Amino acid sequence: MTDAPAARPLLEVDGISVAFGAVQALQRVSMEVGRGEIVAIIGPNGAGKTSLINVVSGFYHPYEGRILFDGQNRTDFKPYDVAALGIARTFQNVALFKGMTVLDNIMTGRLLKMRGSFVLDALYVGPAKRQELAHRAFVEKIIDFLEIQAIRKTLAARLPYGLQKRVELARALAAEPDLLLLDEPMAGMNIEEKEDMCRFILDVHDEFGTTIALVEHDMSVVMDISDRVVVLDYGRKIAEGTPDEVRKDPAVIDAYLGVPHE
Amino acid sequence: MDITTRYPETGTDRPVDALDPSLDTFPKLVERNARHFPRKVAIREKDYGIWQSYTWRDYFEQSRLIALGLAALGFARGDKTAIVGDNRPQLYWAMLATQALGGVPVPLYQDSIEKEMQYIVDHAEARFAVVEDQEQVDKLLNIREQCPRLEHIVYDDPRGMRHYKDPCLLSLEALEELGRKFAQDHPAYFDEEVAKGKAGDLAIICYTSGTTGQPKGTMLSHRNLIVTARNAAEREGLSEDEEVMAYLPMAWVGDNIFSYAQSIVAGFATSCPESAATVLHDLREIGPTYFFAPPRIWENILTSVMIRVDDAWALKRRMVHFFLEVARRVEQRRLAHQPVPVGDRLLYALGQLLVYGPLRDNLGMGRIRLAYTAGEAISPELLGFYRSLGVNVKQAYGMTESSALVSIQKDGDIKLDTVGTPLPGVEVRISESGEVLYRSPGVFRGYYKNPDATRETLEDGWMHSGDAGFIDRDGHLKIIDRAKDVGRLQDGTLFAPKYLENKLKFSAHIKEAVCLGHERPFVAALVNIDLGAVGAWAERRNIAYTSYTDLSQKPEVCDLIRQEVVRVNRSLAEDEQLLGAQIRRFLLLHKELDADDQEITRTRKVRRGFVAQKYAALIDALYSDREHVQVEALVTYEDGRTGTIRADVRICDAETSVVGAGR
Repeated sequence: MTDAPAARPLLEVDGISVAFGAVQALQRVSMEVGRGEIVAIIGPNGAGKTSLINVVSGFYHPYEGRILFDGQNRTDFKPYDVAALGIARTFQNVALFKGMTVLDNIMTGRLLKMRGSFVLDALYVGPAKRQELAHRAFVEKIIDFLEIQAIRKTLAARLPYGLQKRVELARALAAEPDLLLLDEPMAGMNIEEKEDMCRFILDVHDEFGTTIALVEHDMSVVMDISDRVVVLDYGRKIAEGTPDEVRKDPAVIDAYLGVPHE
Repeated sequence: MDITTRYPETGTDRPVDALDPSLDTFPKLVERNARHFPRKVAIREKDYGIWQSYTWRDYFEQSRLIALGLAALGFARGDKTAIVGDNRPQLYWAMLATQALGGVPVPLYQDSIEKEMQYIVDHAEARFAVVEDQEQVDKLLNIREQCPRLEHIVYDDPRGMRHYKDPCLLSLEALEELGRKFAQDHPAYFDEEVAKGKAGDLAIICYTSGTTGQPKGTMLSHRNLIVTARNAAEREGLSEDEEVMAYLPMAWVGDNIFSYAQSIVAGFATSCPESAATVLHDLREIGPTYFFAPPRIWENILTSVMIRVDDAWALKRRMVHFFLEVARRVEQRRLAHQPVPVGDRLLYALGQLLVYGPLRDNLGMGRIRLAYTAGEAISPELLGFYRSLGVNVKQAYGMTESSALVSIQKDGDIKLDTVGTPLPGVEVRISESGEVLYRSPGVFRGYYKNPDATRETLEDGWMHSGDAGFIDRDGHLKIIDRAKDVGRLQDGTLFAPKYLENKLKFSAHIKEAVCLGHERPFVAALVNIDLGAVGAWAERRNIAYTSYTDLSQKPEVCDLIRQEVVRVNRSLAEDEQLLGAQIRRFLLLHKELDADDQEITRTRKVRRGFVAQKYAALIDALYSDREHVQVEALVTYEDGRTGTIRADVRICDAETSVVGAGR
């Protein structure tokens, strides 16, 4: 590889539109996420933030526009193909395997990295065992990193919400993604939990060099940690720029505070 | 390995404070351990979910590298190293490394706020700091301007440190690398420095958080710690096979004795938990044989057990309660050196199988041979609970100034309400005023840069503990109160109000009590009944009452409380020292002592002076021969208005017991 592709943004979303029946969820939205950036996608309720994430991660497919990842068109990829490309995500409503332990949940994040034969895995011998141990070692690093040692063997369903969110982040990290999509990582948290989460997101970005795109409802939190902010309203992009630029943008202020109708 | 190789410095005829000059500092002892049992585990840390073990050879090598790294940075003899963080092998090594170079480690509480940290780092004149992680680095960087002597900060965990460019920062890895290079140019440096160390050198400065004023730096020498650790280990029969958990703050002298000094002296393994939140879980995995916890932790464990027992289904619950009662009976007889009836012995064996064994195992106490509690008074009932389960918990007494240990309850000679007998080499005596004084090889070298405070507490080698106590007829030391609260009756009998009040308050019917007696002919008590408990008691007996005042003056209630007072008197009569301090007369207060009336503080401590003044009329009546007294009390309602309560308060007499009545 030459240096040229590295200069291109990691993710390019180019004029995509998504509709559910008559509802236009996204209208010709374009945005980019550069390598090593933290980009926030914000907007009021129903602005299309989660739809955008779902399009990028392959859950929805746009009827127009295209998505490039690492310079390659992958508009019509299925979610598992997207994951194999190096995109991992978390969900707005936590989607952990409730009946499994935290450790097992995070181990599932390694599945794409596992190469195995059914028989050897079942017998847990030879390369299967070595592979399992190597993956476990990696997962332990993440557990240490996110400071969830105390709940390693706890069932996911028994955890408080804030911790479940952290475990979800751990599972996404286990896939060693190039791009991490976080859907409202701080929803439903108290101030202290939010601060913790911010710190973890910044640390992940710092230590692993992961590119991060996050959707967030709470503007104040996002402004402190993002390099760039994209603002959606009614399925359209209404602003984009640094947190300071976006904060002063009249369109954004209107979208958040409402405009009086004549 | 036999005992003479284990403690080569101990002979049968050596004096208790003797030290072999070739093994008189911690670095020399670790060097010996690395030679004697190079492959034996010295310290463990749970990291990435796995117990990572380090042998005595590793312990020595790692400390040596850190020491050489510090030397490369210009560490000079007498320099201080601040040590901040959770219990981590690396921090214990940094402690040893500092001692090897003739320096003094100063451990700090890891949760100290910046202001506290600044005072200690500045006062101790620390040039170096070795800390666990970014959190501690941030605090030190913020206070560095006020601590001009602090030159180097070494951190262990590199997480989040990528963007820190301050030249005073150095990772532990980088420090060890410096050490390796330094060793190439100065191959003999480390050994020479260790050889220069002497028993009298300072081994540590522990800052104690006084309730008043600034913390004081307690200076302890290698001799203080090694002799104390060794004498206790010998008397308690600790071997190199013990397992201990290092989970209490490193800044506390107790951790230094149990996890560092005794581990090094006896050669046993210390385990550091993964994080503060995983301690109970890690405890189960390690299964320590030697364990320390303050009363608060023992209480918490008991509460969590009892909650789970009460949540169990009825048969299980009844079984547990039944066998716990059996255990209590058996333990009582064992402590009194009485034979246990055959029936109880059989039941106890069955209980061992059904309840005690599984419970111990569940708590991670299955392998405990020896456990201590200290720091504050523990209720005999709580202590008895664990002992009856077969967990050998014993009370110890000591303080930072005594290298943590003065006395420990001795196996086979345990009384639940004493702190046991003094350790070998410790002399205890009681001053004229009833204060506990002691003299031992463990008594500290003074407070750092505070000779006035040193003079106040240390007199001719005798340490003034500030605690009031006495030595009972079996030679056990009993601590009753803080010395400043203790008074004397007119005939000179010791009077410890809090001790008596706590005994009274053990009854569910008594909510609060104030004992009087200083410079009086006998002890009298003002008692507050517990409205809930006594009210329920009255209802069950069809005793009608209208108000607190009314209930408190019922003759039946007076009799009820009299029984409690008599019970307290009986237990006081067991001690010759307290025999004279029995409660002769008492009265039941017509109103509850209340913080709004300034009678107690917001944290529910009785304000004695105020109460004595406010209830002077009642107190005069107690010390007269009257049986009733009329009172009018001013009360403040919650909305701030005031009113008066008029009452006729009955004064009750209580029988006193004679010597040994309780036996």
